[in-house]
Amino acid sequence: MVRLITHNLLACHAKGCTTNNFPLQFQDATIELREAEFNPEFLYGFLPRIEWAALVGAAHQLGDDSLPKELPEDMVDDQVFWKKLHHVLLEIHVEEGAMVCPNCKHVYPISNGIPNMLLAEHEIG
Amino acid sequence: MIPTPDLSHLKSADFQHVYEPAEDTFLLLDALEQDADELRNSKSLVCLEVGSGSGCVSAFAGAVLGPSTSLYLTTDINPYACRSTSTTGKQNGVPIEPVLASLTDPLRARLRHAVDILLFNPPYVPTDSDEAYDAQQKADIAGAWAGGHSGMDITDILLDQVEDILSPTGRFYLVAVKQNDIQGICARMQSQHGLKGEVALQRRAGREHLYVLKFTRQPSET
Repeated sequence: MVRLITHNLLACHAKGCTTNNFPLQFQDATIELREAEFNPEFLYGFLPRIEWAALVGAAHQLGDDSLPKELPEDMVDDQVFWKKLHHVLLEIHVEEGAMVCPNCKHVYPISNGIPNMLLAEHEIG
Repeated sequence: MIPTPDLSHLKSADFQHVYEPAEDTFLLLDALEQDADELRNSKSLVCLEVGSGSGCVSAFAGAVLGPSTSLYLTTDINPYACRSTSTTGKQNGVPIEPVLASLTDPLRARLRHAVDILLFNPPYVPTDSDEAYDAQQKADIAGAWAGGHSGMDITDILLDQVEDILSPTGRFYLVAVKQNDIQGICARMQSQHGLKGEVALQRRAGREHLYVLKFTRQPSET
């Protein structure tokens, strides 16, 4: 299952592709929504790791615009915010499709929810 | 005692392509169980298993820490292993995110100093280096055990990636055998990467003298 939390951590690593290699752009994505256990402590701890604009952009590509465009400053007690983040980060599964590098255009296919991040011999740095 | 993950969904046909958990796997599970309190009480947000195979180890980590407490990421170059890891996660109620990838390649840029628990049960059996290389290329079952010169060809590459990805309080668990030169691994991790290694567990199983090594950052001395 590629959820948006994982997508937020994947960058293109083809030889020489070192700038504008994140976030990968979704292509022909089919998604499934599956409930996940809500754990606000995890979300709060993980928040600093998230590239917010990339997350909002990826969710938008998948048809979800529920997240604020910018991280609210005072969100600790904002239950609505945490529930929205939980849903977008952990409950949207990309089952099929691909992720494309905005820089070198390398296509990383997704099949049965598993992203193929392997490179061909000539693409390995 | 935390029970071993349920692998009843995997059949002998699956284990033609995916490493069937054996003594080396169980030693790693025991090492995690030994550290269960420590792992639960420290920051364990991101758990990454390299070479996940059946997914047994990450499913166990999920049982130790709780399914929603951490992000369970795995990599494997074998697509069969990735699929098995996915179903093992589902079978055991742990949301595991498998990535078809080599070692830590597609995650390094974004997970710099961010992995709290790094797990690796590598192909550690000493073989011809060509045999190990070919096994990795084919990305099938032999890639799970053929380790090349001193059984270290693949481990050597991963060891150079650890410092970059390990969080400040992170722990790296590595399975090894005596022929891998345990002292040598620890010395090199210390001198080249400033990571302190210790033997978390060891056990003789058949002809193999197995170790689980645990690496952490040195506390800074002022």
